Amino acid sequence: MSDIVLKTEGLTKRYGGVHALEGANFELRQGEHVAIMGDNGAGKSTFVRQITGVEVPTSGKIIFDGKEVAFKGPLDAREVGIEAVFQTLALADDLDVPSNLFLGREQVKFNLGPFSILDFKAMREATRKALERTAVKIPSLSNTIRNMSGGQRQCVAIARTATFASKLIIMDEPTAALGVQETAQVENIVRTLKANGEPLILISHNMRQVFDLVDRIVVFRRGRIVANLNKADTSGQDVVAYITGAKTAPEYADAA
Amino acid sequence: MAKNSEGVGGLKYDAGKRSWPPEMNVFLALVLIVVAFETLGRLFIGDSFLFNSRADLDTIFNEQRLQIIILQVSIVGIIALGVTQVIISGGIDLSSGSIVGATAMISMSFAQVAMVNGNPNPKAIFPDLGWLDLPVIIPIVVGIACGALAGFVNGALIAYTRIPPFIATLGMMVSARGLAKWWSKGNPISFPTDSFASIGKGMMPVLIFIALAILFQLILTYTKYGKHCYAIGSNEEASRTVGIKVENHKILVYMIAGILASVAAIVLSSKNLTAQAGMGVMYELDAIAMTVIGGTSLSGGRGSIIGTVLGALIFGVIISGFTFMRLDAYYQEMVKGVIIVGAVVLDQWRQRRGGAKG
Repeated sequence: MSDIVLKTEGLTKRYGGVHALEGANFELRQGEHVAIMGDNGAGKSTFVRQITGVEVPTSGKIIFDGKEVAFKGPLDAREVGIEAVFQTLALADDLDVPSNLFLGREQVKFNLGPFSILDFKAMREATRKALERTAVKIPSLSNTIRNMSGGQRQCVAIARTATFASKLIIMDEPTAALGVQETAQVENIVRTLKANGEPLILISHNMRQVFDLVDRIVVFRRGRIVANLNKADTSGQDVVAYITGAKTAPEYADAA
Repeated sequence: MAKNSEGVGGLKYDAGKRSWPPEMNVFLALVLIVVAFETLGRLFIGDSFLFNSRADLDTIFNEQRLQIIILQVSIVGIIALGVTQVIISGGIDLSSGSIVGATAMISMSFAQVAMVNGNPNPKAIFPDLGWLDLPVIIPIVVGIACGALAGFVNGALIAYTRIPPFIATLGMMVSARGLAKWWSKGNPISFPTDSFASIGKGMMPVLIFIALAILFQLILTYTKYGKHCYAIGSNEEASRTVGIKVENHKILVYMIAGILASVAAIVLSSKNLTAQAGMGVMYELDAIAMTVIGGTSLSGGRGSIIGTVLGALIFGVIISGFTFMRLDAYYQEMVKGVIIVGAVVLDQWRQRRGGAKG
């Protein structure tokens, strides 16, 4: 069982009386791409916030890379190798591409505490390599994010995630606000990651995209996991039925 | 490397399209204002603003005027260096003028001579403790510590209580002024030691201003601290998400601003050979004005020390120009207000245009 990257057992999050996430058991294997689907408020983003350390779960276990982990903040999750692209992207508009890629973990030439001197050349080179590895197209590295299109911004955010995520990448609706061409570019990056054997969790509402990109689909409904489907054994109609509650997988019957 | 090989993934980027640095606009504005005064001077009062018009002096430029221009803005300019960093990181500092007042009073108390013309110093604050004729390092350290403490309080309030910087520093502005008045019950403090008096002598304020400007321009451009200033001013939430310790950074930024205000206070009280509770009134607004005129965006994320230095020069040229044109001091203040508002309007306009491109 050593090829399981991430496993959650009974992961639960309550906000006051609201059960945002209830007893989620989830597994992700090495090199596997899994989509999380579900209606708004089904608990997808809540689930992601627990496993990226943005929030602390009410109860339940997270086992990452064979060890149980308890993240106190996003930095903890990042240290063990989990990186996420959030819907808000978390980019600084007035900084250029390398600065954004290395934001919060700048490479320094000379350590003087907060006044450490930055190693611009190394960061620029690393940025170029990272962008090439993820096949991201950016016209100019020294351009600020402000002057970029939505798709380019998304690509920078994804490149950052892919560069530093040593073990797991999570994308929360990466193409929600993008045009056709930009969406295609982001999907290409995901395919590149698949080819490189890097595991990924993708949250998406786009059925076509999900069927194009992932191996397995996990459906959330009202805070619970209601289905765990292999792409080969299911269809779009099926998935919709699980999302809307028309169907529930037998092994999750108690969740309905 | 060719100019247009910057892109990644086969995309080319036209290097010629790159806009010039925003400081260039500020510099052009400075040149334009100087030319305007030069023209107006020649037309209306038959004198040159920039060039030497006295027969008994063998210089090309009117050096005396140039010296006055830079000397009169250098002390507020030192404050503006700190205010620039605060504004770039998305804050505002209204307390610097009052910090100048309080620091000048406290630091001067440790810089007094024991004997004035053979009599004991009549203005001595600590005669009983014998804290007179102290080495110059003591008032400097005490002054800087005062500024750092005031800045720390500002920063900690903003970082941990999450109150708007405007309110936190407004509170400090009122309290520090109160402290300055209470310190010697409103009396001026004078008779500093010779070594203390030499700090602000002659063109020393200008040298200190330039040295600090270079130092902080380098820090903002090349260090982690500088990068985080721009990052937090640009997107505070994102900075927090990627793991920048935003609270610590804010405290550091306000401490640096406080320290720079206290340096201004030391230089100013040394130059004037006295400290008064009313010192530095309105300096915070002049410093903010210099910063904004210099192209730093009030919404954070953009700006530079070079811009602020140019902004300070514009400020100095305008004041000096009005005196040169023999216009009333009242006009100066009115026009100063117009320029500040104009600079912010320009910044807003620039931002909207920049946003439409994206």
